[in-house]
Amino acid sequence: MISLNFVLMLGGILFALSVAGIFLNRKNVILLLMCIELMLLAVNFNFIAFARQLGDLGGQVFVFFILTVAAAESAIGLAILVVLFRERKSINVEQLDTMKG
Amino acid sequence: MISQSVLLTIVLAPLVACLLAGIGGKVIGRVGAHTVTIAGVAISFGLSAYVLKLLLDGAPVVNETVYTWLVSDNIRMEVGFLIDNLSAMMMTVVTFVSLCVHVYTIGYMKDDPGYQRFFSYISLFTFSMLMLVMSNNFLQLFFGWEAVGVVSYLLIGFWYTRPSAIFANLKAFLVNRVGDFGFVLGIAGIAYYTGSIDYATVFAARDAIAANTMEIFPGVEWQAITVVCICLFIGAMGKSAQVPLHVWLPDSMEGPTPISALIHAATMVTAGIFMVARMSPLFEMSEAALSTVLVIGATTAFFMGLLGLVNNDIKRVVAYSTLSQLGYMTVALGVSAYAGALFHLMTHAFFKALLFLAAGSVIIGMHHEQDMRKMGGLKKYMPITYWTSAIGTLALIGFPGTSGFFSKDALIEAVHAAHIPGASYAFWCVTLGVFITAFYSFRLVFMTFHGPERFREVAHDAHSAHESTHVKTDKDAGHEPDVSHGDAHGHHAHDDHGHATAHATGHDDHGHHGPVEPHESPWVVTLPLILLAIPSLFIGAFTIGPMLFGDYFNGVLYVEEAHDTLGHVGESWHGPLQFIVHAFQAPTIYLAFAGWAAAWFLYIKRPDLPGVIAAKFSALYQLFAKKYFFDEIYQAVFARGSVGLGSALWRVGDVALIDGAAVNGSARVVGWLSGVMRRLQSGYLYHYAFAMIIGLSVLLAWYVLR
Repeated sequence: MISLNFVLMLGGILFALSVAGIFLNRKNVILLLMCIELMLLAVNFNFIAFARQLGDLGGQVFVFFILTVAAAESAIGLAILVVLFRERKSINVEQLDTMKG
Repeated sequence: MISQSVLLTIVLAPLVACLLAGIGGKVIGRVGAHTVTIAGVAISFGLSAYVLKLLLDGAPVVNETVYTWLVSDNIRMEVGFLIDNLSAMMMTVVTFVSLCVHVYTIGYMKDDPGYQRFFSYISLFTFSMLMLVMSNNFLQLFFGWEAVGVVSYLLIGFWYTRPSAIFANLKAFLVNRVGDFGFVLGIAGIAYYTGSIDYATVFAARDAIAANTMEIFPGVEWQAITVVCICLFIGAMGKSAQVPLHVWLPDSMEGPTPISALIHAATMVTAGIFMVARMSPLFEMSEAALSTVLVIGATTAFFMGLLGLVNNDIKRVVAYSTLSQLGYMTVALGVSAYAGALFHLMTHAFFKALLFLAAGSVIIGMHHEQDMRKMGGLKKYMPITYWTSAIGTLALIGFPGTSGFFSKDALIEAVHAAHIPGASYAFWCVTLGVFITAFYSFRLVFMTFHGPERFREVAHDAHSAHESTHVKTDKDAGHEPDVSHGDAHGHHAHDDHGHATAHATGHDDHGHHGPVEPHESPWVVTLPLILLAIPSLFIGAFTIGPMLFGDYFNGVLYVEEAHDTLGHVGESWHGPLQFIVHAFQAPTIYLAFAGWAAAWFLYIKRPDLPGVIAAKFSALYQLFAKKYFFDEIYQAVFARGSVGLGSALWRVGDVALIDGAAVNGSARVVGWLSGVMRRLQSGYLYHYAFAMIIGLSVLLAWYVLR
């Protein structure tokens, strides 16, 4: 039996990895999207771990919701990305600073 | 019983006339304008005389409120009338002189384009002055006070295209502001201590003021009544042109002569005297205030008279004489001879208005020449003007029997009997002033009416004489002197009626368009002169008994037992004839005679001497000619000072503080702050995400660790 701690720790590590990925990545927007997905998965791990621990199926139901939302989000995100690439001929994060004050 | 409607008619008739002539001037025309204004002031005069008669017949004193304007913190601000012997006398004098001046103006302003405007202004003046003298409270007094000031301002600058006139009216306005500031402080002090601005209430509560002291400078306790009285007197100094606030009065001669007579000699400038007399119950409480009044009055009486000796402008000589006579009245106030001051005020109103109008008549006759050096020998051309102004002059110097004699002699006697500090200085000033008065008065008469006809010579050396622009311009433009006169002096009137003669005599020799030919003025001008000459001669003898030594002013003026100088003089009063006889034992009458003799010697017998004397004592002469440098000092200190203060405030306050710090400063701070803030906005997604995470962790940490 894998204890709750290990699962939560895995979720935390995954979350930290994805955060680090968002901060450190300076090149590719696709990587950003992937990191966001990873973040959501890390959260899913927590839900599942607690669902199992507490015997509450609500957590697992939530995971399905999150997966659906994540899929929709990736679809929209990739679509935006395509448009962005057409517009700017680049998906380099360094160059995406039009919001600079 | 005096009904309220009579009083209201007295006040409102001139106001209605003023509005008709002022607003409807174009519609009713010149004749209409002078008809309605003269009718208005004539109604006022008639009713004033009627009111005076009712009072003399024993009608009770009127003290009633017509209208309550507002009540604030228990101070009632009202319009009301206090009609007693004092105000009735003032009303009659004001309306009578005003009536004379109205008639005179028809002649003097005949061709002026501002004819209706002028009549409107002088009617407005009559209204304001009546409001002032009839008031029963300080607020209405102040209203009248300011209103006459405004009309004075408007009339000094009547010929508003002349820079000198605009300068003079601004000067008058500013100098009067100084006085009015003191006046307002005085009224505020009264309201503060007594809680009322109604005369009767204030006088009843005067002990409440006297019980207080105030500390204006730290460590110096002053009696509140002294401070209040001196503040009120500062107001009187401004309006009645006492040293050092006298500088506006000589310059006010820039205005047309009728208003010099009405406003700047007979009535408005005496408002200060009237006010102090009205406040006699207050002034009697403070000997310090009386001494101040006395010393300032004496200084004005003597030193301003000296300036009349060196002036050559006929109107300015009379103006300095007015200053000096106002000083005499102030001296009388200072020695508590309020009745004497008012008596002199009344006689002076008649003879000084007469002198001014006579001077105006001379100016008309000389085609707007005011320099006495270019006159002379006018006696045979202008007999009525000559004789009336001779009467005025005799009254002014106090020739025995004339009205001025009674008022001035009684006044000097009262000063002689006074014992308050400064009385001996004042006595010397007023006594020597008699000599000065006689000297400059006869100097004026001799230079104008006697001696060689200098106006004939002037045209010949017109090129060299620096002030003869007037005549000089006639030389070439001989056929359009109207234009040249208008340019040179800004006058527009009267230049036509002498031209026929001027043409005839002008071309005979030297090819010059020659000297002006003087002529007697029309009847509208001479009639007021005669009307004023009658009271100038006789009113003194008839009124001195009741006014000074009788009970005319009983219950109106209040004099402390210890200050009762007039009572002292009255002990030896046995009728006007004895008064004249008695006068021959006093030095004043001989001083007046000496003044006449000196003037005769210097200006008739040896006309070369004045120049020699002026050259010998050139320092003294310069001092007089420059009017003790008052104007220069004021110009340097106050005018420059306030310009400097203004530009300092502009640089520091406006440019640096408001524009620099407040307006542009706040914009700069916002700019700088946003410059800092924009650094945070890198535009990179991960920075925002980082900020979000940090924020989230801080929030969480706070929530968990709390």
